[in-house]
Amino acid sequence: MALKASELNIGDTYSETVVEDLKRTQIVMYAGASGDYNPVHTDEPFATKVAGYPTVFAHGMLTMGLTGRMLTNYVGDGRLTEFGVRFTSQVFPGDTLQSTATVESLEDGLVNLSVSTTNQNGVEVAKGTAQARVD
Amino acid sequence: MAVDKFSVEASHIMMFARSIGDGNQIYYDKEYAEAAEPGAIIAPPTFVQASAQFDSTYGLRPSMDGIGWMGSGSNPTSAIRREAPKTEEKDSEDGGRSRQSQGGGGLHAEQRYVYHRHPKVGDILTAASRPGESWERVGRRSGKLVFRESITEYRDQNGELVVTATSVGVTTERPVDQK
Repeated sequence: MALKASELNIGDTYSETVVEDLKRTQIVMYAGASGDYNPVHTDEPFATKVAGYPTVFAHGMLTMGLTGRMLTNYVGDGRLTEFGVRFTSQVFPGDTLQSTATVESLEDGLVNLSVSTTNQNGVEVAKGTAQARVD
Repeated sequence: MAVDKFSVEASHIMMFARSIGDGNQIYYDKEYAEAAEPGAIIAPPTFVQASAQFDSTYGLRPSMDGIGWMGSGSNPTSAIRREAPKTEEKDSEDGGRSRQSQGGGGLHAEQRYVYHRHPKVGDILTAASRPGESWERVGRRSGKLVFRESITEYRDQNGELVVTATSVGVTTERPVDQK
């Protein structure tokens, strides 16, 4: 299900709740699948007593992966040509994240999107852009 | 990071998709995928990050004997009185973190991908990284910040560029203040 350029307007938005009440287990799943076993993400004694954080926190790449799921649901499978984010705040267990894509421009079969993921307090945790092929 | 052989496998994609809560059939159902536009099971947009699994010297995975791993065992860190695991200078994506197990350590500041095409099951990718730019600034919540860019090119079995990944790692002076 790809987007049609003729049906898109500048300023259109698409939004999804990409995770609700993030579980520690999902962070563990991400560590296992990605291979990034940095203990700050899954090891509570290490995260708190050694690294000095209030608790474990999600991999930035988990946040980006969740954000990417919203994007692929919007633009269609295999349609992304570019995707980038800055990680602007940490994501902790219990967080609920909302991801939004906004149409910024259209050019020659491509749509340019701004991308933002925010937590339950309205704090932006990832911010970036994406580009996808459209019909 | 250098990876000589990153086999893109169906079960790995399925597990990766699950870990990001993505139940899209394109990531596990061969028949569905073959009939869909991509024509094969493809990888989710951030999947190439999992090339770490195929990097034999990756610093953020315990070694087979577990010796030198910084994570907790009977103590909060097994790296007590031992230098952080000695690894050669690595790219910013993991090097900062594996070198600094105390204090703030390194964090992932930014990630960008350019998709020349999307990796699909059966691809055998290679990954080669080179340093990009580096810069510094002073942050309000974590003191002096040092940013380092690393650019990784993923190429397929025919030498064709598949994904270009740019990672920006940041090392902080102290843990990020949560206030």
